[in-house]
Amino acid sequence: MCGAKAGGPDLAGVDVANETIIQGSVTRNDEPVNGYVRLLDENGEFTAEVPTSATGQFRFFARPGKWTLRALVPGATVDRQVVATQGEFTEVAIAV
Amino acid sequence: MSRSDVLVDADWVQAHLDDPKVVIVEVDEDTAAYDKNHIRNAVRIDWKKDLQDPVRRDFIDQAGFEALLSAKGIANDDTVVLYGGNNNWFASYAYWYFKLYGHGDVRLLDGGRKKWELDSRELVVEQPQRAATQYTAQPADSSIRAFRDDVVNAIGTLNLVDVRSPDEFSGKLLAPAHLPQEQSQRPGHVPSAKNIPWAKNANDDGTFKSDDELKALYEAEGVDLATDTIAYCRIGERSALTWFVLHELLGQENVKNYDGSWTEYGSLVGVPIELGN
Repeated sequence: MCGAKAGGPDLAGVDVANETIIQGSVTRNDEPVNGYVRLLDENGEFTAEVPTSATGQFRFFARPGKWTLRALVPGATVDRQVVATQGEFTEVAIAV
Repeated sequence: MSRSDVLVDADWVQAHLDDPKVVIVEVDEDTAAYDKNHIRNAVRIDWKKDLQDPVRRDFIDQAGFEALLSAKGIANDDTVVLYGGNNNWFASYAYWYFKLYGHGDVRLLDGGRKKWELDSRELVVEQPQRAATQYTAQPADSSIRAFRDDVVNAIGTLNLVDVRSPDEFSGKLLAPAHLPQEQSQRPGHVPSAKNIPWAKNANDDGTFKSDDELKALYEAEGVDLATDTIAYCRIGERSALTWFVLHELLGQENVKNYDGSWTEYGSLVGVPIELGN
């Protein structure tokens, strides 16, 4: 297993200009962590969840606005607030 | 029926990993997840390749279900324990198939793959070899499946529970936010549907909330549990989880899962749609 990669998984075939993408990676001591990332809306309501990839990456196709990312890994839960914009990548590196 | 008849915890599964009459089955949205690793002795059912009709939009028929379970080495008298990623979305969907085709003893692993992983329990790569069986399925039980006309006729009459996220319900998103939003159908929801996202049924670790918490949730949202209910989402897998909660955990008698869900309803010509909350 190599180290954590920046950014999200491959975007081949996705119309990036029309998407509001939130992506990033979850690491512990700079190494990728296998776990899950939840996307919660501005009211704290669950919107989506993805497992991290083998390289610790995750990605959501959201809408413009405020979101909370919640990383769930063995023994830890970490929240991060983000503001996402259509046509842009909102990059989030989460260290647990 | 008690909760333990339909739901088992990770310790129970751990204790039955080598029980020849317990078949553990992984069903994931990400159908490649099993290849990475899985619970020891678990077999895989692929919700795309194994559970769908290869030509029409429909799921496999009785003969197809019999052939599938026979090939997987599942016998009629086996206890089947289903689990998967995404808080058991697709495991719940498969559970609904098993009930639809009359399997006697089928249960979900509470928390699914996520809880198992967060507990740092053993996962392996080796795939088990199970001898083929001669599985016999029952005719499909249509009392737990809703079709589009059932949904249209239920508007303003029966409980309609839209289990998608608030942004999908209101029409801001057309798909769950981990998928690209490229869909052709109209956004929104079926008029009179209550938005009770599937996630409200579960804790963060994917385990189901208690029966009392679940009952309070539906009552607080104005769902009369004495009235017939149809649950839907985008393609019927998240609503299978809500169907499991209402029908299997809370014991509500007449609950149907609408597996056509929003990808069908949102593409129908002339049916009523509401936008907003």
